[in-house]
Amino acid sequence: MRTIKFILQKEFRQIFRDASILRMILIMPIIQLVVLPWAADYEIKNIKLAVVDQDRSEYSRQLINKITASGYFNLAHYSSSYNEALHQIESDKADLILQIPIQFEKELVKENEATLFMAMNAINGVKASLGGTYLRTIIQNYNKNVRTEWIQFPRFNPETQIEIVSSSWYNPLMNYKYFMVPGILVILLTLIGMNLASINIVKEKEIGTIEQINVTPIKKYHFIIGKLIPFWVMGLVVLTIGIIISRVFYGIIPLGSFVTIYVFAAVYLLALLGLGLLISTYSVNQQQAMLLSFFIMMIFILLGGLYTSIDSMPEWAKWITRFNPVTYFIEVMRMVVLKGSSLIDIKYHLLKMVAFAVVFNSWAIFSYKKRS
Amino acid sequence: MQAIIIENIIKTYGKSKDVMALNNISFNVQKGELFGIIGPDGAGKTSLFRILTTLLLADSGKATVDGFDVVKAYKQIRKIVGYMSGRFSLYPDLSVEENLNFFATIFNTSIKENYDLIKDIYVQIEPFKNRKAGQLSGGMKQKLALSCALIHRPSVLFLDEPTTGVDAVSRKEFWEMLKGLKQQGITILVSTPYMDEADLCDKVALMQNGKILSIDTPGGIINNFSNPLWAVKSSQMFHLLNDITKQDFVKDVYPFGEFHHVVMKDKSGETLLKNFVQMHQEDKMQIKELKPNIEDCFIALMKN
Repeated sequence: MRTIKFILQKEFRQIFRDASILRMILIMPIIQLVVLPWAADYEIKNIKLAVVDQDRSEYSRQLINKITASGYFNLAHYSSSYNEALHQIESDKADLILQIPIQFEKELVKENEATLFMAMNAINGVKASLGGTYLRTIIQNYNKNVRTEWIQFPRFNPETQIEIVSSSWYNPLMNYKYFMVPGILVILLTLIGMNLASINIVKEKEIGTIEQINVTPIKKYHFIIGKLIPFWVMGLVVLTIGIIISRVFYGIIPLGSFVTIYVFAAVYLLALLGLGLLISTYSVNQQQAMLLSFFIMMIFILLGGLYTSIDSMPEWAKWITRFNPVTYFIEVMRMVVLKGSSLIDIKYHLLKMVAFAVVFNSWAIFSYKKRS
Repeated sequence: MQAIIIENIIKTYGKSKDVMALNNISFNVQKGELFGIIGPDGAGKTSLFRILTTLLLADSGKATVDGFDVVKAYKQIRKIVGYMSGRFSLYPDLSVEENLNFFATIFNTSIKENYDLIKDIYVQIEPFKNRKAGQLSGGMKQKLALSCALIHRPSVLFLDEPTTGVDAVSRKEFWEMLKGLKQQGITILVSTPYMDEADLCDKVALMQNGKILSIDTPGGIINNFSNPLWAVKSSQMFHLLNDITKQDFVKDVYPFGEFHHVVMKDKSGETLLKNFVQMHQEDKMQIKELKPNIEDCFIALMKN
């Protein structure tokens, strides 16, 4: 115990003297949480639309007005030549082409049916598919409005229509920030925790102090625990800063209790730091450790369920996410913040995290060898 | 009483074990002895130190430090040895005092308790005790490292090239300190690439390519050098070296400072050398008989 106390004293001294670590701990959360959520928006806006209006009728004008009034589309180009519009896509001045053919109005009125043509630039797949969906919804809406106008007196609709009305539970206004901010907070904690832990032991290797430690009677687990605790405390400080920022800037108040968040975060940090220290024991220099932790972090983040839904991943990728601590923490954060889950609701998440922590840390202690 | 016993230690590196760092090394160090291991870079000094301080496992062979086996009883050894590695390995971002205090506390002792042991060394850096260790000069760093290695009152002290890269005055001071420590009864094993430091040891082992060439007192090693040794100088040093090499009576010749050292095959060479000088009078040749020093012995041993 006494030895751990002295190692801790030394580690904390070194951390507080390292201006770059302090800067990282204080400034990184502020920048990431204040700036990123505004940009990391799932809604696609400002889709550049090229309209090929070959009809130039009252109805076509109404349709275009309706589309541009939705706020999602900017009318970038208006002409009556498809080739001209395609040229706009080729020069990246437009994302979507809507072609309104000749006699659109005539056919709609006469035949009760008219066709429109849509072409999308699929280089940015998300933009293309979401933009297409938005446009389709607007056109359907427009179609309904036109039909309502025609109804002179009450009568049965000849076609059966199923209308779906949805309500978003836990996030009624679908405010994406409510589920992005807790996720970004998790990423932040992961970045800082893993980076600091992974370069720490290896730094002692680089400056040679580890030799001096190795010839002393310090026990391996003393050393690892002494390295772990300071970063664990730092991690909880970062979490607290993050929670304060999400409260002040986004008004996010977790529905669940802070105790749940902190208990899970405490275990999560143990697991993550254990992994960082494990990387550190295997690396020879800081560059190696940084690259390795960067590589692992990329996998963790991309397969963590923050930006893409895990349910839509292929089966093998789902398997990877099961071994990804980030996945569990993002899930837990969203459950607690949005749904108000309690410790009992997340008990399986917690148990798995405990397992991660035990495995990574004992592996780190095992692989740290005082002699070669 | 033997403080260190080394028996048939072999250490190889590389995947195919083709790099012989230590080739069947055996020797003993008496308790309270100041024992020097002299050898050029790559002789295997550091590997040997790392094996004795339990940082490295030997391929085969046995070694004990103060009666403790380096493999089985490594925990005991770590409590009783002090180790100063070849490169400065203290925390540069901690102050002088914090470094010393840290190493004292992890050995369950305090600066106060063993202050008498490090006093002579530590007083020289005490004025800078609040300075970060990384900002010390080379000589001060070395004193701090020695203080840290001594703070737990080790019974055996391992100093791996402590004077490499240190100025001549500090080197001298350092050896003075070692003599003081010897008086406290601490066994000291020190390695150095500098031949002139051999004279300051009680006993030296000359090492090269993982082998021990000779173990003796500095005087004993010099006494073993039986061939006559002369120094030669002329205005044409390079030609002189070539010419002398060709002579039959010469066993070996090598540049040594402003002279060439000439090792004769036997006593009769002396007159032949004098004759040689007579023949080359135009070069203002000078000769004088020499008492061999450790370096001459080492060169002779190396070439055998």
